[in-house]
Amino acid sequence: MIGADLAVLIPEIVLSIYAMAGLMLAVYTTKDGMAPALTYATAAVFGIMALFIAATANGPAQSFGGMIVVDDFARFAKVVILLSAAAVLIVGQESMQKSGLGRFEYPMIVTLAVAGMMIMVSAGDLIVLYMGLELQSLALYVIAALRRDSVRSTEAGLKYFVLGALSSGLLLYGASLVYGFAGTTLFAGIIDASEGGMSLGMVFGLVFMAAGLAFKVSAAPFHMWTPDVYEGAPTPVTALFATAPKMAAMGLFARVVHDAFGMAIADWQQIVAALAVFSMFVGAIAAIGQTDIKRLMAYSSIGHMGFALMGLAAGTDQGVAAMLIYMSIYVTMNIGVFAFIMSMEKDGYAVTDISALNGYASAQSGQALALLVLMFSLAGVPPMLGFFAKYAVLVAAVDAGLIWLAVAGVIASVIGAFYYLRIVYFIYFGEPREGLAGRMTVIQWGGLMASAVIMIAGIVNLFGIDHLAANAAQALVR
Amino acid sequence: METILLFAPLIGALLAGFGWRWFGEQIACIIATSLLFLSMILSWVIFLGFDGETYSISILRWVESGSLFTDWAIRIDRLTAIMLIVITSVSALVHLYSFGYMAHDENFREGESYRPRFFAYLSFFTFAMLMLVTADNLLQLFFGWEGVGVASYLLIGFYFRKPSAGAAAMKAFIVNRVGDFGFLLGIFALFWMTDSIQFDVILPMGAELATQSFSFLGFEVNAANTIAMLLFIGAMGKSAQLLLHTWLPDAMEGPTPVSALIHAATMVTAGVFLVCRMSPIMEYAPFATNFIIILGALTAFFAATVGLVQNDIKRVIAYSTCSQLGYMFVAAGVGVYSVAMFHLFTHAFFKAMLFLGAGSVIHAMHHEQDMRNYGGLRKKIPYTFAAMLIGTLAITGVGIPLTYYGFAGFLSKDAVIESAYAFGGGLGNYAFWMLVVAAAFTSFYSWRLMFLTFFGAPRGDHHTHDHAHESPVVMLMPLGALAFGAVFAGMIWIKPFFGHPDEVGKFFGVPYAEAQMEEGHDLADEDAHHYVFTGAPGEGAIHQAPDNTVLNDAHNVPKWVKVAPFIAMLGGLLVAYIFYIAVPSLPARWAEVNRPLYLFLLNKWYFDEIYDAVFVRPAQALGRFFWKFGDTKIIDGGINGLALGIIPFLTRLAGRAQSGYVFHYAFAMVLGVVALITWISLSIGG
Repeated sequence: MIGADLAVLIPEIVLSIYAMAGLMLAVYTTKDGMAPALTYATAAVFGIMALFIAATANGPAQSFGGMIVVDDFARFAKVVILLSAAAVLIVGQESMQKSGLGRFEYPMIVTLAVAGMMIMVSAGDLIVLYMGLELQSLALYVIAALRRDSVRSTEAGLKYFVLGALSSGLLLYGASLVYGFAGTTLFAGIIDASEGGMSLGMVFGLVFMAAGLAFKVSAAPFHMWTPDVYEGAPTPVTALFATAPKMAAMGLFARVVHDAFGMAIADWQQIVAALAVFSMFVGAIAAIGQTDIKRLMAYSSIGHMGFALMGLAAGTDQGVAAMLIYMSIYVTMNIGVFAFIMSMEKDGYAVTDISALNGYASAQSGQALALLVLMFSLAGVPPMLGFFAKYAVLVAAVDAGLIWLAVAGVIASVIGAFYYLRIVYFIYFGEPREGLAGRMTVIQWGGLMASAVIMIAGIVNLFGIDHLAANAAQALVR
Repeated sequence: METILLFAPLIGALLAGFGWRWFGEQIACIIATSLLFLSMILSWVIFLGFDGETYSISILRWVESGSLFTDWAIRIDRLTAIMLIVITSVSALVHLYSFGYMAHDENFREGESYRPRFFAYLSFFTFAMLMLVTADNLLQLFFGWEGVGVASYLLIGFYFRKPSAGAAAMKAFIVNRVGDFGFLLGIFALFWMTDSIQFDVILPMGAELATQSFSFLGFEVNAANTIAMLLFIGAMGKSAQLLLHTWLPDAMEGPTPVSALIHAATMVTAGVFLVCRMSPIMEYAPFATNFIIILGALTAFFAATVGLVQNDIKRVIAYSTCSQLGYMFVAAGVGVYSVAMFHLFTHAFFKAMLFLGAGSVIHAMHHEQDMRNYGGLRKKIPYTFAAMLIGTLAITGVGIPLTYYGFAGFLSKDAVIESAYAFGGGLGNYAFWMLVVAAAFTSFYSWRLMFLTFFGAPRGDHHTHDHAHESPVVMLMPLGALAFGAVFAGMIWIKPFFGHPDEVGKFFGVPYAEAQMEEGHDLADEDAHHYVFTGAPGEGAIHQAPDNTVLNDAHNVPKWVKVAPFIAMLGGLLVAYIFYIAVPSLPARWAEVNRPLYLFLLNKWYFDEIYDAVFVRPAQALGRFFWKFGDTKIIDGGINGLALGIIPFLTRLAGRAQSGYVFHYAFAMVLGVVALITWISLSIGG
């Protein structure tokens, strides 16, 4: 019996054991000398696990009495998490090494975070949810403060920790309310209890849980930590923050609202829609004033989370599918952009000031073009994939009758287009001053180019992602 | 053959317009011209070999949408055949003429290439005009209609450095929009009533439409009358009839060959063609045809009066064109469409020739156009003088009264006037007298033009007069060819156009039959055989209802009616001779004595001033309001205010909130939770 339960959890178990074994190995050998090898090995393990999950996909499975749910939705989210984390590790490895952060703990902590994320998207119970969330969060608090000698980095880690604790408190308070009124922590039990209308206590619990989850996806008004942490953390870590955890938190959000509160769509729909609108506008408006590209990307991710939440707010399987497509495309774009940001340096020091991009096109036309494609895609300009991502969520919102939400989204994306286009303006029309000196490494260049090429080549058939997302959404929404 | 005829000018236009860089200016012009001569030859082959049977050649399916389907097709019937030879002949000759006229133009800078463009526009115009007349449905006709409008716009504004040319081009286009709007409404109404825009479908429904009605502008209106009126409004615009005529005199800003081709012989007659084409509907729309008679006669009279006092040689001829178009509409209005086409046909020859002759004079006088600066040019440019003389004899209607011998204009104009009289009633008499008076005026202003230009002492700049020279042979050849038409076209073709119904019916492919002799009606002396048209609407090229006997009656009008236009012509000639040859000081004194009348005529009845005050200025004021207030203030101001004011303010606000203090962030989160809780509680509780 226990064997069958564990079989469902093989990837998570493998990752956990691998993380501990890797730590032991490094401690007893050359310690930080193992960092590069461990990083690549970790990325390889992630890749193998993603393949394993994709290959063993055969219908929904449960273990421990429904506390862990592995369905197509979970598998889709897990594959995105694993692949994006692997990509970020590979692209960031040289940058970490260069800035003296080539520590062997880093890939291992990321592995633990990823294991937490995978548990999050598979959660079928409030306790498992919290367990996965905290495993992920604690790992991320640590790597946010990875550069211990830097004031900014430690400040970022501390802020993230304090605010994360607050959000966990909110989440736990909400979960206890739900438990109190439903009498169970199992999602399946909660949905049964809420059949025929939720009690006010359940609704309060839902709101508090939503607030906690909104913190994790950095949706406004729970977004304030994002710019500071993005700026303070080492750039490869920021790249990680912007990709895999976002997918995990989004997946968890979808899991909770559909699996546990699928009977009360009207109740949470307005919360999610409000979060979406607020995030889109804060992301668009606040980003305009930024001069630091990492802070700018923080606001960009806030805005994008707003759009993804718009898909979720639709409350339909079409909306969930749109959200999954949006997240996949968003993650791909961000890997490309951060691959570029990691390469930004002058006289051996990393620079993150946007004005450093002035006249970049005359120095590096190929990379400038790739960056242009990515910026257009982020802004949602057709024919880049970013446009189709936005289109999918807008259609989902309109089909669900949330026309005002779609209109707000379009207005926000118009405002947001300004700062993406301003970067393109700097690159192509800015006065070249002391440009960026650093050359991209092959891996960074590959990440940037691959991401840009996908943004254009994907318009043919989205690489079939839309079918997978539709299947995943159907598995979740009943 | 028909396809080649139709597309040769288009190919010429494309080759000349886009290809001249590869094969040179001169070759480009020659290609365009020779393709048009090819078209002309094919047209004459079709015209002479045509047996009256309508046929249609489909080129491709154009529009298919719901119950609307339309082909690109070439419809050949007698109307089309007549228009084909008119268009291609005049156009080919004008192309040839332009080699000389456009050889050197002071409006363009040294080394600037303008001739291929000119030829391309001319050829494009010809293509559009052919499209218009060969259409077998209203959509294709409208395509041609707008195509000639564009070509006309381009050619009027050809001297693009002259502000007046640009203004004239815009005026022509905008005034035509008014007419086109009516035309479009007419097409819509027809489609609404008949569910088709194909001629084979809509033309036979004329009688049926007369019994139907529909709601228009809140009134229940008769279908046939309304449709006919709307179509005629379109014709008014294109054919420069009163109220919508103001663009035609200004259109003389274009090069003179353009005036000859577009604003005399072809495009402006499109309105007449349209009315004739729609004759099966016009015949059942008495209100509309009466309106056409009134307006046509008034235009003929009005334009002739204005022509009396104009000093610019081209403007005199322009008003003359306007006036002659009025004649054509009167003929169409009284129901003798063949006569309208007859006058269109002869007019094309002599009016094109008058314009080309005027162009030759202008060419000789180094682009001087004021007749007061001419005089005594007879000796200097004898060939041009001869051509202009023939043109004048034709337009004023010189011939032997009561016979069929005379210049082209004599036969066709008299046919119009007799038909107007034969129409009878108050309207017929009104039209008759207006046209006779207009004929006298026509004679006066035409001879005035001749006398001022070619007779008397040279006036104006001596230097110019000394260097006046005859035009090159490429310009004289077209004059000769047109002169031939101006002399003989009437005599050759009077029977088919203005003979007895059997002759006309045969020519136009309309069935006819011998009529029952009415008791006690003695017709034996006039014609032994008496025929009437029996064709149903849509059969043959034109339609005349069985009760429409104007054509027969026109042959039996009293003798004084037949002589009246000739007398009027002589009167006009006599007065012109006294004014400008015998006592040259008389015009000035006369103008002094009748100063208000003179000014009234000189200012063209103040139409431009009235339109300027009533339409142009309010429209400009409205436009300025929308521009200054609506666009600049509200739209631009709104967007700028949003983008430069509100958004940056919000950005600063967001920046200030991002203080860096953890407790601020935590506070914001708590506030967010509070707001969500409050909102949810309220929405659930309520």
